[in-house]
Amino acid sequence: MPAGFSAADFYNILPELVLTGGALLVLIVDVLTARQQRGLLAWVTLGVLVATLLALLPFSDVNTVASRGLLAIDGFAFFFKLVFLLTALVTVLMSSSYIEVEGLRAGEYYFLILCATLGMMFMASGIDLITIFIGLETMAVAFYILAGFLKPNRRSNEAAVKYFLLGAFSLGLLLYGMSILYGLSGTTNVRELATVLASQERNALLIVGLVMVVAGIGFKIAAVPFHMWAPDVYEGAPTPVTAFLSVGSKAASFAMLLRLFMEGLPFLADMWQPMFWVLAVMSMTVGNLAALTQSNIKRMLAYSSIAHAGYLLIGVVANSSRGVTAMMIYLLLYVFMQLGAFAVVVMLRRQDVAGDELKDLSGLYFRYPTAAVAMLFFMLSLGGLPPTAGFMGKFWLFSAAIESGFIWLAVIGVLNSAVSLYYYIRVVVFMWMKEEALGSPIVASPSMAVALTVALAGAVVFGVYPRPLFELAQESAQSIGGVAAAVSALSF
Amino acid sequence: MAEAIVFYGLAALILGFAVLVISTRNTVHSALYLVVNFLLVAMLYVMLGAEFLAAIQVLVYAGGIVVLYLFVVMLVNLKRPPETHQDPRRQTRLGLALASALLAELAAIIVYSATGESAPAATAAAAAGADIAGGNVEQIGMLLYTNYLIPFEVASMLLLVAMIGAIVLAKREL
Amino acid sequence: MLEITPTHYLVLSAGLFMIGVIGVMVRRNIIIIFMSIELMLNAVNVNLAAFSQQWQHVTGQVFAVFVIAVAAAEAAVGLGIILAFYRNKETVNIDEMNVMRW
Repeated sequence: MPAGFSAADFYNILPELVLTGGALLVLIVDVLTARQQRGLLAWVTLGVLVATLLALLPFSDVNTVASRGLLAIDGFAFFFKLVFLLTALVTVLMSSSYIEVEGLRAGEYYFLILCATLGMMFMASGIDLITIFIGLETMAVAFYILAGFLKPNRRSNEAAVKYFLLGAFSLGLLLYGMSILYGLSGTTNVRELATVLASQERNALLIVGLVMVVAGIGFKIAAVPFHMWAPDVYEGAPTPVTAFLSVGSKAASFAMLLRLFMEGLPFLADMWQPMFWVLAVMSMTVGNLAALTQSNIKRMLAYSSIAHAGYLLIGVVANSSRGVTAMMIYLLLYVFMQLGAFAVVVMLRRQDVAGDELKDLSGLYFRYPTAAVAMLFFMLSLGGLPPTAGFMGKFWLFSAAIESGFIWLAVIGVLNSAVSLYYYIRVVVFMWMKEEALGSPIVASPSMAVALTVALAGAVVFGVYPRPLFELAQESAQSIGGVAAAVSALSF
Repeated sequence: MAEAIVFYGLAALILGFAVLVISTRNTVHSALYLVVNFLLVAMLYVMLGAEFLAAIQVLVYAGGIVVLYLFVVMLVNLKRPPETHQDPRRQTRLGLALASALLAELAAIIVYSATGESAPAATAAAAAGADIAGGNVEQIGMLLYTNYLIPFEVASMLLLVAMIGAIVLAKREL
Repeated sequence: MLEITPTHYLVLSAGLFMIGVIGVMVRRNIIIIFMSIELMLNAVNVNLAAFSQQWQHVTGQVFAVFVIAVAAAEAAVGLGIILAFYRNKETVNIDEMNVMRW
């Protein structure tokens, strides 16, 4: 054992260790099994994710700093890790039939999904610039590969190239910003950064660093004007990967954003708040307006997810414990509604149909009523109509903004939600159309049925009875909001 | 004074080669300018007292990454007209020039080591990084294997992901 | 002028970074765009090494070691992606990525 490390340091990263071991196990099982038995891999992957979840549960009340101040094992990290594992679980459940239809390499696919999850977990608990960016990169590299996983498909190739080039570019911006933050403070620890930099005078270099970090993260969360990769990547990547990307990567990037800005740079709030509200307003407006004209479901959901990044940024602008709570609630609800919507799109992919055009949905109600009804719920939820989960999420986000004095921002958010209803309802209209789309019958594999059920249950239950979720998020947000409040009290 | 001359010279060369990398039409030339750029930046690291960084800059960047680039450029540029091979003499002359430069360098090293005099660049580096240079590799190793052990291990997963990904993507039929 | 301070290195690194950004913006060849990104990462490393010297500790250099590891990983994956793209399309020009609207 290295000097200065204790058994507790390794115990604290138990979930990550289980996940790492599990990912390697998947690779080994892949080599050892015959081609016909590759279905086994999905089960192994599910087992690994469940084991990780079980290893994570004892940490719900822990609030400590592990491995020499690199990782925060707190409620905030716990909540986000829960979100990532849930996302990965549902993604794996909806992947197995898709992998068969497309003839993908299952072993590498599941390995990369698990490694992306591992990267996300380090992003959520990292409180050191190096840990955060290595986690980010582990996730991003896995996603670059997954986006291009349909090798003979030109759209998938293009998606991978675009995602890779813009991802690497944004990493350059982010790292340049981080190098400046390190240079000004002499530390890479986010919490020390806050105390050191708060006592210094602001200079131009700090502002350059701040802008670079905002731009780099803007790319990762696909906020306008850094969103141009998202529609193409979402359209070209394999659909389950798109689902995982749109939920997991977004949640992890927001976790990183909150760590960096609420814990690391709270004293600069008067500078990053305006930047983020500009991004929020632009993302909501551009995302929703562009989504109105899309004919491809995956592209439409891409623009909708850009708009959702805008809604979530409202929580950042609010810069309060309540804002963080609202964001966490929204992200967890977003897991259910967005993954559910993508699960239905995955179902439309059959041997003879690509199934990602809006017209492929036509008459779905008469061909597969349960899927259509589920999709109806997901669309209304994404649109934020009561009494769905999406409404609760938006309600908390907007009320957090109002509480912090950003009433006009909440108004813009509400107006945008109204606009977004048009394209969500359009999906529903297609599903209830009499004329049916061509192609072989739609079937749901057992694992897909489970995925849909989980997503639907989450979207419905938390819409009607959000109390336990609210309490969990509120408690988890304490660990990060508390620090922010303490430090901002110091600087004023 | 000497440090300033070395710095300004290096800076001009680094920026100049960076401009060449992005302005040349021929991708192979771009890659070669990139190697030179990386080597010059490695010298900058020596000036800054970051010897270990300079070493891995040469090994990983100039030695590994650019070779990878060249492979890919060669693979995707097969249809390019072979205009560089029109003058066989040119290659010979270039080869002779390079060989004599190398010979001169070798001779210089032998002379220096024979006279026991240290290289001029080394003194500048020692002056610049005297305080932190003492066992630069040791210090980095200590930090990497104690404070930054966790990201170090995560980086190993990252490299595994990259390796598997490169194989999955680049192999023709699996 | 004659004394080389960290500011000098910062200016150099900013110049290198800008050249990289310009390369990403104006070039259409995917491989050269990727090389420009490598220039940007190099600028980051120059920054880190200079700050590391300024603070008299090696944390910045350790950071730079991680950046180099990441650059290596990205190079392997990125060039694999470019190869897969080239197999289907026989080009490395970004303007010919036209299956989807860019």
